[in-house]
Amino acid sequence: MDTDLIIRVFPYFIEAGWVTIQLSVLSMLLGLVCGALGAAARLSRSVVLRFIGAAYVSLIRGTPALIQVFILYFGGPQIGIQLEAFEAGVLALGFNIGAYMTETMRGAIISVDRGQTEAARTLGLSRFETFRAVTLPQALRLMIRPLGVNINALIKGTALVAAISVVELTYTAQRYIGSTYKPFEMFFLAGAIYMAIIYVTGTAVSWLDRRVALK
Amino acid sequence: MGLDFSVVPPFFDALLTGALWTVAITISAAVLSFFGGILFAVIALYAPWPIRYPFRLFAWLFMGTPLLLQLFLIYFGLIQIGVDLPAFVAGVIGLGLHFAVYNSDIIQAGILAVDKGQYEGARTLGLSRGQTLRKVVVPQAIRSVVPPIGNNMIALLKDSALVSVIGVTELTLSSQMAISRTFRPFEFYVAAAACYYVINLGLEAGLRRIERRIQIAR
Repeated sequence: MDTDLIIRVFPYFIEAGWVTIQLSVLSMLLGLVCGALGAAARLSRSVVLRFIGAAYVSLIRGTPALIQVFILYFGGPQIGIQLEAFEAGVLALGFNIGAYMTETMRGAIISVDRGQTEAARTLGLSRFETFRAVTLPQALRLMIRPLGVNINALIKGTALVAAISVVELTYTAQRYIGSTYKPFEMFFLAGAIYMAIIYVTGTAVSWLDRRVALK
Repeated sequence: MGLDFSVVPPFFDALLTGALWTVAITISAAVLSFFGGILFAVIALYAPWPIRYPFRLFAWLFMGTPLLLQLFLIYFGLIQIGVDLPAFVAGVIGLGLHFAVYNSDIIQAGILAVDKGQYEGARTLGLSRGQTLRKVVVPQAIRSVVPPIGNNMIALLKDSALVSVIGVTELTLSSQMAISRTFRPFEFYVAAAACYYVINLGLEAGLRRIERRIQIAR
């Protein structure tokens, strides 16, 4: 281990780690919105919306995230979408994880006991009121942990945008591997920062899950 | 610049070759990750502690870092210690190891879920510890974990696109080469996505068949 080298490049890795955090947070927020819309579409009464939701999930989950990033960033200008690498990365990653979150949210909603909905409807609540006041609060509890798994995958998935030259952790590690020929040192440095981000996120998810658990 | 998908057919052969490499990488890495996953699961559960604890550290590190970073480590790390592997082999090892760690996690849970009586019964009948694991416990564990391992195989197919960055001429890199000659990224990446989608459909159908056969055997 070349500790002098590690100390010298450490500030650049911290800066890159901050970019990874920004990528993760922004694409997570976009993913949650896409997931909520996707789940609503897949559970709606309209055949058209159900089809759109199913097509979104199937197309996104059936193709590599890397290709989706490339289509948006390199192919975008051909259809009039000109984006910075960072913006394209956030949009593609968020749209991608949104498809997985759609299935997570839908799963949580449909696993709320049917009797709950039936009872609420019998008591005179409308379909919307039933969903807002009865189904959703219970489903939210069920979806926190699996959404945490999605977010964990997303954080590691942000490494993909290194391929479109966003200067985040993996790109930085790759650049320093190329210039210093020290792959192990750079791997452990970047790896440690990823682990720290994932550890903090995982702890936050567990805390949230415990907060909302029924005593 | 409008879209013109007629630029794609002239590169049909190149894309097909790329797609075949993608299938070859996926199958090789899937086989490696399956048997590697069993080996890792047995190590994580039963190996003596000087092996078990370092191994768990390695598994923890591999599950907490991105695959792309691991591919760079393996490709450039091996070169640094004097092992110059072809990119294809490095890619298969990288993908295979990464998913072996994930499979191992699933298989460990499967092994622990096998009824204790099975283990005790086999030992009572005179089988050694190794024989009991190999012939009684692991086969039952594998059967119960086929669906989640199948999901990992699907993820593996899609992540195989990442090995394009270390220079394996699979589907993604083949389309990039076509793009560098035609300057038509949208058309070729969409074509590549379509190929992945079709391969994925085939893989899913295959996995469903395996799942059904296992259910009947049960």
